[in-house]
Amino acid sequence: MSFLSYLINGISLGSVYAIIALGYTMVYGIAKMLNFAHGDVIMVGGYVVLISSTSLGCPPLLGVLIAVIFCTVLGVVIERVAYRPLRNASSSLAVLITAIGVSYLLQNLALLIFGANTKSFHSVVTVPAITLADGKMTISGETIVTILSCIVIMVVLTLFINRTKAGQAMLAVSEDKGAAQLMGINVNRTIGLTFAIGSGLAAIAGVLLCSAYPSLNPYTGSMPGIKAFVAAVFGGIGSIPGAMIGGILLGVIEILGKAYISSQLADAIVFAVLIIVLLVKPTGILGKKIQEKV
Amino acid sequence: MKKINKQTKSNIITYGIVVVAFIIVQLLLSTGNLSSLMEGLLVPLCVYVILALSLNLVVGILGELSLGHAGFMCVGAFSSAFFSKCMEEIITVSAVRFILALILGAVAAGVFGILIGIPVLRLRGDYLAIVTLAFGEIIKNLVNVLYIGKDAAGFHFSTKDSISLNLQPEGEVIVNGPQGITGTPQDSTFLIGVILIIITLFVILNMVNSRDGRAIMAIRDNRIAAESVGINITKYKLMAFSVSAALAGAAGVLYAHNLSTLTALPKNFGYNMSIMILVFVVLGGIGNMRGSIIAAVILTLLPELLRGLSDYRMLIYAIVLILMMLFNWAPKSLEWREKHSLKRLIKKKKTAKEA
Repeated sequence: MSFLSYLINGISLGSVYAIIALGYTMVYGIAKMLNFAHGDVIMVGGYVVLISSTSLGCPPLLGVLIAVIFCTVLGVVIERVAYRPLRNASSSLAVLITAIGVSYLLQNLALLIFGANTKSFHSVVTVPAITLADGKMTISGETIVTILSCIVIMVVLTLFINRTKAGQAMLAVSEDKGAAQLMGINVNRTIGLTFAIGSGLAAIAGVLLCSAYPSLNPYTGSMPGIKAFVAAVFGGIGSIPGAMIGGILLGVIEILGKAYISSQLADAIVFAVLIIVLLVKPTGILGKKIQEKV
Repeated sequence: MKKINKQTKSNIITYGIVVVAFIIVQLLLSTGNLSSLMEGLLVPLCVYVILALSLNLVVGILGELSLGHAGFMCVGAFSSAFFSKCMEEIITVSAVRFILALILGAVAAGVFGILIGIPVLRLRGDYLAIVTLAFGEIIKNLVNVLYIGKDAAGFHFSTKDSISLNLQPEGEVIVNGPQGITGTPQDSTFLIGVILIIITLFVILNMVNSRDGRAIMAIRDNRIAAESVGINITKYKLMAFSVSAALAGAAGVLYAHNLSTLTALPKNFGYNMSIMILVFVVLGGIGNMRGSIIAAVILTLLPELLRGLSDYRMLIYAIVLILMMLFNWAPKSLEWREKHSLKRLIKKKKTAKEA
């Protein structure tokens, strides 16, 4: 029984990673950049919900909505101000370092506004826990909501990309920017839209993460951010189903590793699995093979 | 006098900057014009400079992105601190002990560089970056669960806690898991740091200008072309990677012997550290060794110089970082700089006069 509950916890944590990884992978697919500030957008989302529910007294769902809108706007602004000017820079490292700068900026702004103290976060989930097998196993409301929202996001996102014009434009831009532009696609707007969606998802992930692990400080986002990045690479960066699979696998490995091997080594195990997968499949589980032309 | 070529001249200037900086600091020290805060920062400054130089070898010369450099520093720091702690009573001359520790730390990190490099260097681009990041985190994690004790019966190892080492009563715990190594002899000085910087510079600049360095740069510029003229890709990639790791290990040795307690925290050996070194390299100019030195010094001093602004200093640091990147790399900004550069203005005046 305990194995099953660990597994469910793992899937739940993995769902959060998957939602964050979606943001990473979409941005990477389209802008070919590692957005190191993505993890910190999660933290911002958490703080926005915290303020709107404690200081402004909003109902939790409204708070989540405010957080999503705030982070979406934030994502677009970051892209416009910090990343767009560097899109055609001669080295791809330039935009990576700028992303690191943005990450420092968000962390230190949060530090300045909210202080370094860890704030306790009240779960926004009101779904009751389910008890199974005569009380031997309980699944918390947070777990259910997390897994369900992950599935919903996944389905909606897949439909959006495959069925709408904007989604098709995103695919086209990620395939070939120049050709997409010739076909009359507004590349700048499409990339902006990708950042908007990614950041909105990060806000949802932030709320879910803080509901499951109820504490919040300016550095809350950085480790899940890195893990989600690992998950995105794990599944094959640039691939949306890959991010999903990578995220969930990573969550399960982490929780099972913590439970059965060593809690201190859980992170090391996660990273070791990543290395092994990449050595066998150098572009991740669902990654495309890159043909090299001479 | 024989004519000195441009490269050699540039190298001499780089060495000169380091020596002049050292002399200025020594003068300030002897006249008592340096605050104790700045004095405490001198050795870490050398550590960062060496790390930036060594990472620049991988990023600038080899052209691969490594985000696990702090891991190699960690290996160098812990292996050398362990050695120094064990040998404190046996080798009493601190200079000899430090040199041995330095060699040990650098070799250990270099070996790790080879071990990690063999599988990792098959990957390319961002995949290589994430795997090196993963290795760095694994090293940090492993060090945190490592317990080593010493007693009359020899060394005891454990990965659980210090009690399960089963030491005899007079035994001593040397590496104490998350508490790390305490009481490492503090042998690092600013002079040693500067000498190490010069050695690092010597190694890297000579390597870059050698046949091996040319091969490494050929791989960076075009891997397939390099392969087709018979350059052994794996060998040269591994060479650059392991030399860089060994130099980072040396920086770790310097770092470890500057602190009384050495612990592996996310702050000093985590990916944040690797990223910080990468920031030095990119801001100083990818592949430009002199730039790395200057950037490392400025960016380490900047938060300290802004100390008066207390809470705002890291915020300003972040903003400065973003603005500097935009100024240096954005195509529009480069265009603007080209148009308004001093050289051009002077030229314009000249042509105006002639006409």
